Amino acid sequence: MIKLLCLFLAFLVTGIMPLACTAEETPSSPKELTILTHDSFDIGAAVIAEFEMEFNATISIMKGGDAGEVINKAILTKTNPIADILYGIDNTFLSRALEENIFIAYRSPLLDNVPDSYHLDLGNRVMPVDVGFVTINYDHALLATKGLAEPETLLDLTDPSFKGTLVVQNPATSSPGLAFLLSTIAQFGETGSYTYLDYWRDLKDNDVLIKNGWSDSYYGDFSIHGGTRPLVVSYSTSPAAEIFYSEGKYTTPPSRIITSTDSAFMQIEGIGILQGTSHEILAKHFVDFAMDRTFQEDFPTRMWVFPVNKLAVTKGVFADFAEKPATSTRLNSDSIAKNRNRWIKEWTEVVIR
Amino acid sequence: MMTHSWKFWGAFLLIIFLAFTVVYPLISILNLSFRGNSNMVWIDVLTDNYYLDTLVFTTWQAIASTLLTLLIGIPSAYAFARYNFPGKRLLRGLTTVPFVMPPLVIALGFIALLGEKGIINSLLQSMFNLDDAPLRLMNTIYAILIAHIIYEFTIVVRIVSTAWANLDPDIENAARMLGASQWKVFSKITLPLLLPAIIAAGSLIFVFTFTSFGVVLILGGANYATLEVSIYTLAAHLLELPAAGVLTVIQMTITIVLMAFYARYQQRAALSFNLVPNKATTMHPRGKFDKLLCVSNYIIVLIILSPLVALIVRSLISDGHITLTGFTNLFSNERDSFFFVSPLQAITNSLLFGACTVAVAVPIGIISGLLLGNSANWRKALLDSILMLPLGISAVTMGFGFLIAFNQWGLNLTGSWTIIVIAHATLAYPFVLRSILPVLRTITPSLREAAQMLGASKGNIFTRIELPILWRGIVVGAVFAFAVSLGEFGATLLLHRPEHTTMPIAIFRYLGQPGESNLMQALSMSCILMFISTVGFVAIERLRFRNLGSF
Repeated sequence: MIKLLCLFLAFLVTGIMPLACTAEETPSSPKELTILTHDSFDIGAAVIAEFEMEFNATISIMKGGDAGEVINKAILTKTNPIADILYGIDNTFLSRALEENIFIAYRSPLLDNVPDSYHLDLGNRVMPVDVGFVTINYDHALLATKGLAEPETLLDLTDPSFKGTLVVQNPATSSPGLAFLLSTIAQFGETGSYTYLDYWRDLKDNDVLIKNGWSDSYYGDFSIHGGTRPLVVSYSTSPAAEIFYSEGKYTTPPSRIITSTDSAFMQIEGIGILQGTSHEILAKHFVDFAMDRTFQEDFPTRMWVFPVNKLAVTKGVFADFAEKPATSTRLNSDSIAKNRNRWIKEWTEVVIR
Repeated sequence: MMTHSWKFWGAFLLIIFLAFTVVYPLISILNLSFRGNSNMVWIDVLTDNYYLDTLVFTTWQAIASTLLTLLIGIPSAYAFARYNFPGKRLLRGLTTVPFVMPPLVIALGFIALLGEKGIINSLLQSMFNLDDAPLRLMNTIYAILIAHIIYEFTIVVRIVSTAWANLDPDIENAARMLGASQWKVFSKITLPLLLPAIIAAGSLIFVFTFTSFGVVLILGGANYATLEVSIYTLAAHLLELPAAGVLTVIQMTITIVLMAFYARYQQRAALSFNLVPNKATTMHPRGKFDKLLCVSNYIIVLIILSPLVALIVRSLISDGHITLTGFTNLFSNERDSFFFVSPLQAITNSLLFGACTVAVAVPIGIISGLLLGNSANWRKALLDSILMLPLGISAVTMGFGFLIAFNQWGLNLTGSWTIIVIAHATLAYPFVLRSILPVLRTITPSLREAAQMLGASKGNIFTRIELPILWRGIVVGAVFAFAVSLGEFGATLLLHRPEHTTMPIAIFRYLGQPGESNLMQALSMSCILMFISTVGFVAIERLRFRNLGSF
């Protein structure tokens, strides 16, 4: 029996070895393209199948955590890349990744269909692929019950009447949380009589609740899903998604967003080919494919972000209710890269510790 | 010659396994973290008051969680060990259900039950005509401690009750007859004999809560951080690897040292005595005291499970109406997502990973248990604590370690199904080890000697004597291994292909998008996870193999 156990263990250890060998690719067998992306990535099965058919490829998707974690994983493994493509690097993490030189430059011909304001990198190491806006969502019905006016600007949230109504995410652990912090920095600045830290002190005095992740704040604390707080940091498309996923219950959104100038933060997500890929040509095809209409028109009601391709047409609930805040703050991504950790630390000192 | 060879080979294989799954990834990531001149980082981190506070908080909340769980769990373990009552096996199966639930789901159950608009606050408000919710537990230390008790309760119940069930009641009866008071019998006889099991359970709970991550991250809000949460923030989001590395080393050192002391203490506390079959020690509740104990046991378990009950209720109510749409929607892929899996597929995947994990973790746990065996010395204690490392090392660090370590020489991480099982088994075997060690150490050496004198071979002694006695411990270990696999999340998320989606991964996917239908599907999938795991636990407990399982 003991011998049997040992034998089993020996079998196990030798069983690990085959992992070290991957199948040899013959010319006719499909090539495997691995895409590293964040947890929120979603796309139609038919869209992926179309690419696989056309290019005799197999797509493998690796989800490495939220946007920030994914970039860091790509940077950590740059000497032995874990994927061929990274999908979902946004302007808050761009410079860091570019400094680490993890991408191969490739200018997709489809970039011509993308408005200049969405271009991410002059060196073409990252191609823009989708865009989203982080802003305050609010439960207007509850505000009305409480006799509160609907907030119009970020500054309104410091008004004592909004005490205990807002839940935001920790910028040290959450992408939307970081985007919201950046929007306050862009709006209030670091110098002058009222800095972003003064703003956060006021929010803190107004009993802002800080959660570590989007899911726990949105489903745990936001009032439309059983929480008690009528204001939450989320995406500008979340009200439209609420209709889409309501099984016909809502015909108008149960929540609204603050749309005033400079209250939202624009997150442009990009796609890049990772250095060290052995499928460079196929990867380039995929970049083109992701920027093309089929792909761009498929993801809006899955990832709840806007297409960047001018020719892409959105449909249904997304077209009717997804709002693009008119102007949105956009900090220079170099300055974000340079200051991100310092800002987060300063914020943590003021708000949490 | 033969007598030494199995130990040698067992140890050899164990070392290879550990080196491959734990040491090599750990060294890879630490090597990368401390590349270059990193002495300053040590000084920076060690002199930063924030990290000192974090360490203090991490330690005291772990101690508090361990003591509270033991306090609540031991009476329950007694009831499970000594009485036969209706639905006993099911009830014990249910205690392990929270163990597999993702912290995010437990948090939602908490909110449904104890939130300001939750069931209890609504009841209190209507009973006492209050305007505001009287109970405000969310985002406080109490929420963290309660969640830890809910998660770890089953560890005490299972490990302590297994030992208690084999304790000869005659020893206690004799003492009673000689005039000892009930308290004296408990403190001088029962407690010392149970101590190895209590310590085993306590050490597991301590390590678990010391490295607590999801519970603190989600239920504590941003105001509380354990070392593990700090490591996560530093490594995963700020990419300050050197500082994360320092914290990892600190966390690991503390766990190894504490576990070595625990192991040493456990060796000393272990008394060998005659174990009796579980049948001889259990009885039907007769007196008032017995019945009271059994009834309160039902109540304790119900309270432990109440957030999950609230969740089941919530999964059936949408917009004030009772509905099953959450469940029915799970089965339709109307939006044709690349990541869609049917719930049946997710259940199958979870069960397959669980079964494989049990098959791998149980032999490893038994071999490590036999290696640590009866001899008691510091070397063995250190080996014991090193064997517990998978639970004591930062999971975040290990995740990065796996990525770096196993992404070389043409290894392909994403495609491999086996690496998920290996990751699960690495996290699971310490439970098997802890479950069998207290039993193994109480086997009287004279039993073995007698068998040897009668001419039994080593192998015969193992299969005829040790294995039957160990069987219940092995079953407990198997239940935990299964539970660890069913609930595992971090490694699976990174390594799985869509077709390998497990139940927790599916839940997580739904909770990543806004909208009632997503929430309902996540809750419905959680209910399915609860049901499947209960069935699994009860089924494993019923496992019999020839004469095995009757002890």
